[in-house]
Amino acid sequence: MSPQQRSRRQFLIESVAGLGGAWVAANYAGIIEAQAYVQRAASTGQPIKLAFFTEAQAAEVDAMAAQIIPSDSTPGAREAHVLNFIDRALTTFEKDEQQAYVKGLQDLDAQTKKLFPSATRFSALSSDQQIQVLTAMEKTPFFALVRTHTVTGFFASPIHGGNYNKVGWKLVNYDDSLNHKPPFGYYDAQTR
Amino acid sequence: MTQFTPSTDVDFVIIGSGAAGGIMAKQLATNGFKVVVLEQGGWGKYGKEHEYTKDEWLNDNPGPDDRLMSDPSRQRNTFRRNDKEKAVSGSHSYGCVVGGGTVTYGGSSWRHLPWEFNELSHVGPIAGSGLADWPITYEELEPYYTQAEWEMGISGKRVNSPFVAPMSKDYPVPPVPIKASGALFQVAAAKLGLSVVNGPIAIISKPYMGRSACVNCGMCSGFGCHVKARSSSAVTMIPLAIASGNCEVRVNSYVREISTDASGRVTGVTYFDKDKKEIFQKAKAVVLSANAGESARLLLMSKSPRFPQGLANSSGVVGRYLMLGNTVNASGLMDHPLNDYKGVVTGAGIVDFVPSDPKRGFYGGGRMTARGFDTPISYGLRGLHPDSPRWGAGYKKALMEEANHKFTVTCFVTQQPLETNRVDLDPDVKDEWGLPALRITSTSHPDDFKNMEFFRQKSIEVLEAAGAKRIWAGPPNDSRGGAHNRGTCRMGNDPKTSVVNRFHRAHDVPNLFVVDGSNLVTGGRNHPTMTIQALAFRAADNIIRSAKRGTLNNL
Repeated sequence: MSPQQRSRRQFLIESVAGLGGAWVAANYAGIIEAQAYVQRAASTGQPIKLAFFTEAQAAEVDAMAAQIIPSDSTPGAREAHVLNFIDRALTTFEKDEQQAYVKGLQDLDAQTKKLFPSATRFSALSSDQQIQVLTAMEKTPFFALVRTHTVTGFFASPIHGGNYNKVGWKLVNYDDSLNHKPPFGYYDAQTR
Repeated sequence: MTQFTPSTDVDFVIIGSGAAGGIMAKQLATNGFKVVVLEQGGWGKYGKEHEYTKDEWLNDNPGPDDRLMSDPSRQRNTFRRNDKEKAVSGSHSYGCVVGGGTVTYGGSSWRHLPWEFNELSHVGPIAGSGLADWPITYEELEPYYTQAEWEMGISGKRVNSPFVAPMSKDYPVPPVPIKASGALFQVAAAKLGLSVVNGPIAIISKPYMGRSACVNCGMCSGFGCHVKARSSSAVTMIPLAIASGNCEVRVNSYVREISTDASGRVTGVTYFDKDKKEIFQKAKAVVLSANAGESARLLLMSKSPRFPQGLANSSGVVGRYLMLGNTVNASGLMDHPLNDYKGVVTGAGIVDFVPSDPKRGFYGGGRMTARGFDTPISYGLRGLHPDSPRWGAGYKKALMEEANHKFTVTCFVTQQPLETNRVDLDPDVKDEWGLPALRITSTSHPDDFKNMEFFRQKSIEVLEAAGAKRIWAGPPNDSRGGAHNRGTCRMGNDPKTSVVNRFHRAHDVPNLFVVDGSNLVTGGRNHPTMTIQALAFRAADNIIRSAKRGTLNNL
């Protein structure tokens, strides 16, 4: 991994403002194009086509994301279309992480077969089995990367492909009106 | 906008357009001087502020023309704890756009207290510390604090407190809402016998001077303000400077040298334009307002036979007494939602521990602020209690339970100026322009660590008194860089121990002025901007006065 790639990952994980800007500068046209595509797809109701993953890879990433933020009585990564976010990110802001995914998914497959020799693929495991595989991998840089991307996709503006119907924001009661009046919360309301 | 050719001998080149540079440009240009401002960054959304993004992901990944901060992969810098270490790649970053750091800062606008200008006299010498008295007093600076507050537009409430600087005039704009965290400060303070005050802040709570009021959008610190409520240099000073017809702002201008003639006077500056083409801009005088790190680096890069240690550095003090700025954070979870993501970052402060107290057994003080700031991505990635699960059903449960319930106390604390803490030129690493990278060497004084631990404990007490549960607070964290960097070109009466005189003129160079956070002799309680702004108004006043006496040519 080049120092620039390391710094980009560090940026994602720690949000040290500003790292990786040179890459963004060089690829900005593609980033704008990708956003326009997501907007078009959303407005026409068309399903978003995969830009980077194969269908098989997409199923594995989708299964990982769905374990990181599971769906239960409330929406999770799957309902938020986090897969779309990650897929688009890997052709835009996160282009230099493509190989990390290709390699990481191979590792996921290896870990799956190590724990469950008869398994065909991670996404075909039961939920409990998937959790066992990811628990064995949770200290790896690949897991950290997918976690970062999943959470980011869940909470980023829907224009980037995830957070579909703002399900991420709704889950944490985030009001995106960008225009608020006091009192903001319980305690300042008490003192008024 | 008026334009000057590089061969025009303009009255002033100002390097930097931030807190100090913006004020210098406005004051000098509106007083009839021809001014060229050279800004490393771009225009940002100058004049079309409504286009500032509130998209957190985009704001973290700005396009080439949308950057608001320097990029450590281009404006490279390195860091080491002490001289024995080899410096490693650093992440130091600073405001890099027309308006500088004021375009994105939280906006805290605390004045230094009167005794913060002569703290050495108050507390006595401290072993290993470069604590020194300023060459100016609070009384000398007070009118300029008032001028800065009224010309920039500061929201706040004047209070009569031994822990807050006395003011000759009220703030021009009423305080911003106190937020739920501020209300909890009041609860805790009532129990603990402490005093809460509204934080003075450079974000207008009511329309002021043609700008509209804050809408409490919550995408605040780190974002440009889309309603022009943040009183940055870019929406206050720079437009007035340009409107005077005497000021040209040149963006993407990366200065590499302040040039001098054989007599030791500054003749102009050499910079790279956007295409990295070198341009020499002639000037009768130069005002350096590039921030503590960059101003010192530029002086050190401006070596010549006459100035072999770098310009204005016969003392060897340029770059030294660096104060990067330390903060202490503690958080806890409340029973009810705070929704502290709404509104400005900081709404209130506890000020009782601003002064140092010998009874504590060490030197140090600080200001406790109620500071909630969780944008959604940031919250999801690193906003949860450190013991909460990082993924899975437990993570999702924590996301929902902790959302908007976090109460965070951030303390802005003293950091002593040490001769050994400094910026200099990295001997190996170059920036994208082929110039020596900024190298930071810094380890805080032992008292600073004791002080951080003191504030950590005080924060926990406040959180407990407010009813917070599951409280957490990291260990004292010694800063490695950032926008609050100060020191490096300290002000003083003695040319052997300081870089500029009491009017910001370089001791060694008659027509060079350094006006920014680098001049701060001591760092206050790590809330530098208002003092930088007051110093700039004062510096400009004195430059204008001497120039109007017809002495600009032989300044």
